[in-house]
Amino acid sequence: MTYLAKPRLRHPTLATNKVGYTRRDYEGKISTLCAGCGHDSISAAIIEACWELDIEPHRVAKLSGIGCSSKTPDYFLGASHGFNTVHGRMPSVLTGANLANRDLLYLGVSGDGDSASIGLGQFAHAMRRGVRMAYIVENNGVYGLTKGQFSATADQGSKSKKGVVNTDNPLDLVAMALQLGASYVGRGFSGNKEQLVPLIKGAISHGGSAFIDVISPCVAFNNHPGSTKSYDYVREHNEAVSRIDFISGREEITVDLGPGEVMDVRQHDGTVLRLRSLHPDYNPGDRYAAMAYMQRHHEMGEVVTGLLYVDPLATDLHTALNTSDRPLNALGPAQLCPGAQALERLNNSLR
Amino acid sequence: MSAIPQIEAVNDFVIKFANVNGSGSASANELFAKAILRMGVPVSPRNIFPSNIQGLPTWYEVRVTEQGHLGRRGGTDMMVAMNPQTWDADLAELEPGGYLFYDSTRPLPPSKFRSDIRVIGMPLTEICNAVYQDPRQRQLFKNIVYVGALAILLGIEPEVVEKLFGEQYKGKEKLLASNVQALHLGCDFARENLREPVGLQVRRADRVGNRIFVDGNSAAALGCVYGGATVAAWYPITPSSSVAEAFQKYCTKFRVDPSTGQHRFAIVQAEDELASIGMVVGAGWNGARAFTATSGPGISLMTEFIGLAYFAEIPVTLINVQRGGPSTGMPTRTQQADILCCAYASHGDTKHVLLFPQDPHECFEHAAAALDLADRLQTPVFLMTDLDIGMNQRLCEPFAWDDSAAYDRGKVMSAEELEAGRDFGRYKDVDGDGIPWRTLPGTHPTKGSYFTRGTTRDAYARYSERGPDYIYNMERLLKKFATAATLVPQPVLRPAAEKTDLGVIYFGSTSPSMHEALETLEEQGIHLDALRLRAFPFPDSVVQFLAQHRQVFVVEQNRDAQMRSLLINELDADPARLIRVLHFDGTPITARFIVQAISTHVQQTQALRAAGTKESA
Ligand SMILES: Cc1ncc(C[n+]2csc(CCOP(=O)(O)OP(=O)(O)O)c2C)c(N)n1
Ligand code: SF4
Repeated sequence: MTYLAKPRLRHPTLATNKVGYTRRDYEGKISTLCAGCGHDSISAAIIEACWELDIEPHRVAKLSGIGCSSKTPDYFLGASHGFNTVHGRMPSVLTGANLANRDLLYLGVSGDGDSASIGLGQFAHAMRRGVRMAYIVENNGVYGLTKGQFSATADQGSKSKKGVVNTDNPLDLVAMALQLGASYVGRGFSGNKEQLVPLIKGAISHGGSAFIDVISPCVAFNNHPGSTKSYDYVREHNEAVSRIDFISGREEITVDLGPGEVMDVRQHDGTVLRLRSLHPDYNPGDRYAAMAYMQRHHEMGEVVTGLLYVDPLATDLHTALNTSDRPLNALGPAQLCPGAQALERLNNSLR
Repeated sequence: MSAIPQIEAVNDFVIKFANVNGSGSASANELFAKAILRMGVPVSPRNIFPSNIQGLPTWYEVRVTEQGHLGRRGGTDMMVAMNPQTWDADLAELEPGGYLFYDSTRPLPPSKFRSDIRVIGMPLTEICNAVYQDPRQRQLFKNIVYVGALAILLGIEPEVVEKLFGEQYKGKEKLLASNVQALHLGCDFARENLREPVGLQVRRADRVGNRIFVDGNSAAALGCVYGGATVAAWYPITPSSSVAEAFQKYCTKFRVDPSTGQHRFAIVQAEDELASIGMVVGAGWNGARAFTATSGPGISLMTEFIGLAYFAEIPVTLINVQRGGPSTGMPTRTQQADILCCAYASHGDTKHVLLFPQDPHECFEHAAAALDLADRLQTPVFLMTDLDIGMNQRLCEPFAWDDSAAYDRGKVMSAEELEAGRDFGRYKDVDGDGIPWRTLPGTHPTKGSYFTRGTTRDAYARYSERGPDYIYNMERLLKKFATAATLVPQPVLRPAAEKTDLGVIYFGSTSPSMHEALETLEEQGIHLDALRLRAFPFPDSVVQFLAQHRQVFVVEQNRDAQMRSLLINELDADPARLIRVLHFDGTPITARFIVQAISTHVQQTQALRAAGTKESA
C-alpha cells in the first residue's frame, strides 16, 4: 500500500486488456490499512485477477461484512458498486443481491472474525445454497478492527497481544466449505501472488459457490509479548502525546512457493507458518480425498495451499430455483403483475 | 326442559366449536361458516388455537351477523363441545338460555350440566363407529356428521354444504361421495331424533353482496405478487408463515413463464431472520422488489439490518403479523404490541414507515403500496397486520387492481441520465424532499458507482467521520420522513352523527369492533368522531383531529398504550387529553369491551363535571 495519492492522469503507454481497461482502472481508493497488512496484498491480487480476466469493472458487485478485511472492497475496483454490510452477515446480502440480478459477478470479502465467528451460520448456508460468487476470507486469526481479540480460526495455545492464551480449538473454514458443498475450494497466502491470482481467477470464473481462505498476516495484532518489546516500549512512551496505538509498519510478507513445495514462513510476530503448496498432479476433482489430504497435512503441522477441490460442472442457486434468465430486477409489471382480470377470477373463487 | 328460557335469534348469534387440535375439525368448521355465508348471511369466524400441533384444545368461533358486525362479539350462544378436557370452561362460557351440543355416546352425570342452558346430545362416536371401520375415518367423519346435524338444527340448507363439497373435491369423486354420505348421516339423525326446535336460526338473506371471504396473510401475499415483489426471504414463525406459503402458491400460479417454465420470482426459506432480512436488503440494494414476513421475535433479530437499511437507504418491505409478546408471549394469540419496536427499530435515531391495514382487502392494497413506498422512499416499510386479520378469514371488499398503474420505482438514475451528465451524489438532496437518487450496480462503466455502508459518508457517498456530514445526513432523513407522511395511506375520518368534542383514534384489526361500538355508543347518546389511522408517520390531519377534540380515546390492543405514546412523542400531543382504551389478553378486542370502557369514562367525567370537580384524565 501507499500513502501517496495516485496521480489522476493515465499514462498513455499503460497496457490495456481485451475490454480496453488498464490495470489502474481496477484500482480503488487508497487503503487505510496498516502498512504491511496482508489484506492489501489480497486487494492487489484481486485487481490483477480481474484485469487478467478482462472483466468490465462495473459488472462486479463487491460485498463485505465488517472488519479491516471487509473494508478492502473500497480499495479495489473503484468503478464497481460496493456494499459494506453488517458484521458477519455479508453472505445473506450477497445472496439477495445475486437473486435480484444474476448477470453480475459477485465478490464476497470477509474476515475470519466476520465469517468464522458471528457469521459462521451465514457462511455455511451460503455455501450449501450454491450462491454463485467468489467468497474470499482474509484470515489473520485475530480481530483486526477491534484490536487483537482472538477469532475462531486462532490456533489453540496461541497468545493474544494482551497475553491471553486461546484455549479453544480453531475452526477450519476450508474443511467446512468442503463439507458444506462448496463447489470450488482453495487456500492461499496473501504474500504468494503467483498462486493467489490464479486461485482468485478460478473462483471468479466458477459457476457455483467458490470459497478461498487466504492467510493474511496482521501487522498490528498477532504479536506475542516476547517479540513486542520495542512495540510496548514505544507505546508506553507515546501515550502522553497520542491516544492512538502505535503500529509499526512492516514489510508485507511475501513468499515464492512453487507447486509441490513446502516452506516455513516467519510471520510478524515471530511465529512460523509451514505452507505446503499442492503438488502439480494433485487431483482436485475428489471432495473426500481433498478432506483427507488436508487433514493429514494438518496433523503434520502444515497448512496446505492451492486449489483443493473444484466441480467444473457446478450450477448455482438460480439453476436450483429455475429463475428466469432475464434478471429479476429487470422485470416490469407486464411480466410480474397478473392483472385485473386474473384478480376478478380470484375474487370469484373467494365468494 | 321447556321451562328453560331459550335464546331466540335469527342470523345473529355466536356459535363456538371446542375441539382437540389435530382431530381434523378445522376444515369441517370452516365448511360450516362458509355454508352460512353462501346463504347470504355474513359471518366472522376466528380460530383460537394453541401453540401446539396435536392434543391441546382449539376453538373455532363463528359469529353469524346479519348486521355485518365482523368484530368478535364476546359470549357464546351455542357451544359444540367436542373436547372433554375443556368441558367445564366451555360450559361456563355459554350465555344463559344458550345451547350445548355434545357427543352423548358416553353418559355424563347431571352435575356436568347447567340448569339454565339447553342440552342437545348426539351419540357421534357411536354413530361413526357403527358406520366406519377405519379409525381415521371414524374420527374425521365425526366432524362432518356434526356439521350435518347442526345444519338441520339451525336451518342451514344441506344442499349448500353439498355444493361446497363439490367445489372442494372437484375431480376427487370418492372423497366427494364419502363426505356427502357423512353429511347425510348427521342430517338424518337430527331430523329423526333431535326434534325440539332450536331458537338460533339461519335464514337466507342478501347481506353479503359481492364481498370476498379471505384471510389477511393470503391477501398480503397476493398484494406482493401484484405489487411486483420478485424476491421473498423468510423464516417460519406463527402467525406469519402462511404469507410466504401463499406467495409461493400465487407465484407458481401467476409467475411461471409459460414458454420456458422459468420462474419470475425467487423464494428462499432462510436459515434465520437475520439472513432473511439480509437477503431482502441485498435484493433491494440491487433493484429488485423484495420482502420478508415475520412476527415479533423475528423483528427483534432483524433490527440491526433494519438500521442499516434506514441509514444506507435501501428499500425493504417487512410484513409483521403481530402476535402476543414479549418474547414468546402468546405465540398463537393476537396483539398490536410491536408498534414502538417497529417504529423505532434498531439503535441510534431511527424512524420507520408503518402501515396498518384493517382487513384482508387493505392487506392486499397496503402490501402493494408498501413495495412502492419502499422504492420511493428508499427505506424499510412495515406492514403491521396481526394474527386476527392474518390468520382468520374475513369478509371484505373484493380486491381491485388498475392495470394502467405503473410501479413507482423511485429515484433510480439510468445509464442515459448518467451519460447525459446528470450530477450524481448518492446522498444528495437534489429535489428538496430528502430523497436522494440512487444507481443500481452494473448501470454504467464509468459513472454512478458508489460504495454503500452503514457508516457516515458525505453527499457523494464518500466515507466521512465529520460531524457536519453526519448532521446533514440525519436531518435529510428527517425531511424524507416528513415527505413520507404525504405519501402514506391517509387516515379515514368517520364523523359522529352529532357535533361532539370527543374523538376516538383506532387502527388495524380493531376496526370492525370499533365500528360496532360506535353504533352502540351513539344509541346510548355518546357521540364520537372517529379517526382510523392507516400509517405512521402521522399526516397533518391527525394533528388537526387532536386539536379539534377535548378528549380523544386511543383504542389499542397492547398493555402500554404504544400508539398513544407514539402520538405523544411524535406530535407533542397533550397526554392528559389522550385516554387509553387497552385490551391485551390475546383475544381480539370486542365492541362490548370498547363500549364499556368508553361509556364508563364518559359517565365518570360527566358526574365529575356535574359535581363541579375539575376533570382529569
Ligand atoms: C454486531 C457487531 N458486533 C461487533 C462488531 C465489532 N466488530 C467490528 S470488526 C470485528 C471483528 C473483525 O475481525 P475480522 O472479521 O477477523 O476482520 P479483520 O479486522 O481481522 O480483518 C468486530 C467484532 C460489529 N461491528 N458489529
Ligand atoms: S489491524 Fe491487522 S488486519 Fe487490520 S489493517 Fe492493521 S494489520 Fe491489517
